[in-house]
Amino acid sequence: MRPSVFQRLDGAARNMLPAGVTLLLLILAQIPLHLPGVANIMPPLALIGVYYWAIHRPDLLTAGSAFLIGVLQDLLAGLPLGVSALVLLLVQGIVAARRRFFLGRGFGALWFGFGLVGLAASLAVWVLVSGLAGALLDPRPPLFQFLFALFLFPPLVKLMGHAQSAFLKEA
Amino acid sequence: MKSPSGSTTRLAQVKQLAGRFAFASMVAAAFALMLLGKADTVLVERMRGSVTDAVTPLFEMLSRPAATMAEFVDNVRNLATVRTENTRLREENAKLLRWQSVARQLEAENGQLRGLLNFVPGPDAGFIAARVVADTGGAFAHSLLVNAGARDGVRKGQAVLAGDGLVGRVAQVGQRSARVLLVTDLNSRIPVLVESSRARAILSGDNGERPRLNYLSDSMRVEAGDRVVTSGHGGVLPPGLPVGVAVQAGDGWRVEPFASRYRLEYVRIVDYGLSGILGPAEDGRAVGSGR
Repeated sequence: MRPSVFQRLDGAARNMLPAGVTLLLLILAQIPLHLPGVANIMPPLALIGVYYWAIHRPDLLTAGSAFLIGVLQDLLAGLPLGVSALVLLLVQGIVAARRRFFLGRGFGALWFGFGLVGLAASLAVWVLVSGLAGALLDPRPPLFQFLFALFLFPPLVKLMGHAQSAFLKEA
Repeated sequence: MKSPSGSTTRLAQVKQLAGRFAFASMVAAAFALMLLGKADTVLVERMRGSVTDAVTPLFEMLSRPAATMAEFVDNVRNLATVRTENTRLREENAKLLRWQSVARQLEAENGQLRGLLNFVPGPDAGFIAARVVADTGGAFAHSLLVNAGARDGVRKGQAVLAGDGLVGRVAQVGQRSARVLLVTDLNSRIPVLVESSRARAILSGDNGERPRLNYLSDSMRVEAGDRVVTSGHGGVLPPGLPVGVAVQAGDGWRVEPFASRYRLEYVRIVDYGLSGILGPAEDGRAVGSGR
């Protein structure tokens, strides 16, 4: 039996959830919060989205969409073009290939994995931005940014888990 | 599941190979984008402009509740210090009133002297007020998005001020949005001078809180607490805009900016150029992208 138009539209909308949530995180990270010190260490929240969905639904947030989200982040955040595109693409590729390790190991492994991936991603962005600018950047703000991302990881993952079980039950 | 026959395994292999090829070509594309961005073509700037234009309405919507919440938190925090703050402000007000009378005298005297000298005044500056809708870049780039663009008369290179001093300059202009490069950004270089000694320097951002004073012409004549203002060299920014105060750091002199990134809600974009602020939008676009 072929699904009706409505069913297909519904399915398509549900399948856009991972990319949509990641785009939302990308936008939210740019909102000025007017809190002292936060703006300088606001992490790129899209990284958390790409990491989460690369483990849980790599078929819906593909390497291609990670790349495009990265390009969008570079254009919006005023970073050198291509830096986030490369980093998010590599994160998606590497994490999606090792996703079996994380599935069914509980939250601790997920968080630990993000610690490694996030640190590597911060380091990569630091190296690329420094290289493209031709000057060594102060490594402290990126480090604090990474720690802040680690701190924001549990609540965001909890929210994304709820969204996944509400809209993408079959997975 | 079916047991894998020869043709299906081959198909899977081809698929895997295609996937790897696509991944490798995207990695190559990312490096190609870096080269393209480094060449700083008009194309990249136009892409940035259209993306920020498209997202700015969304930012405008989202940044309002955030600002309201921050205001509430601020109000609660201020309740405790309201008395001491009040005394401080009274003293400051008395001091400022004295300064005001001095400024009036000087203004009158200045007017008379200019009349004697046949002085040709510079063009009057026009202001464009804009709201900060996004604070982008985190630790790696210090820039803001504001909700005014080419159609409001914003041009690349204009100075951006908050109430207390120079914030940065306009780095990229879309139709209804613009990116402000803060003085603390890695790519920010601003010719400044130390107000009291007139020693010149280049204020270079390094993504830290305090930008460096590079190429200081006379470092012996700088003292901690000296005001640093724009020098107007290079003809991009008008002279005399307050930037911050000089502070001694381990590796030389740095500047503590008057404007702090997190407090910016509204900024003034100063139009000091020869083109009027009410020029047609098409004209503005051509000027904005041509520079």
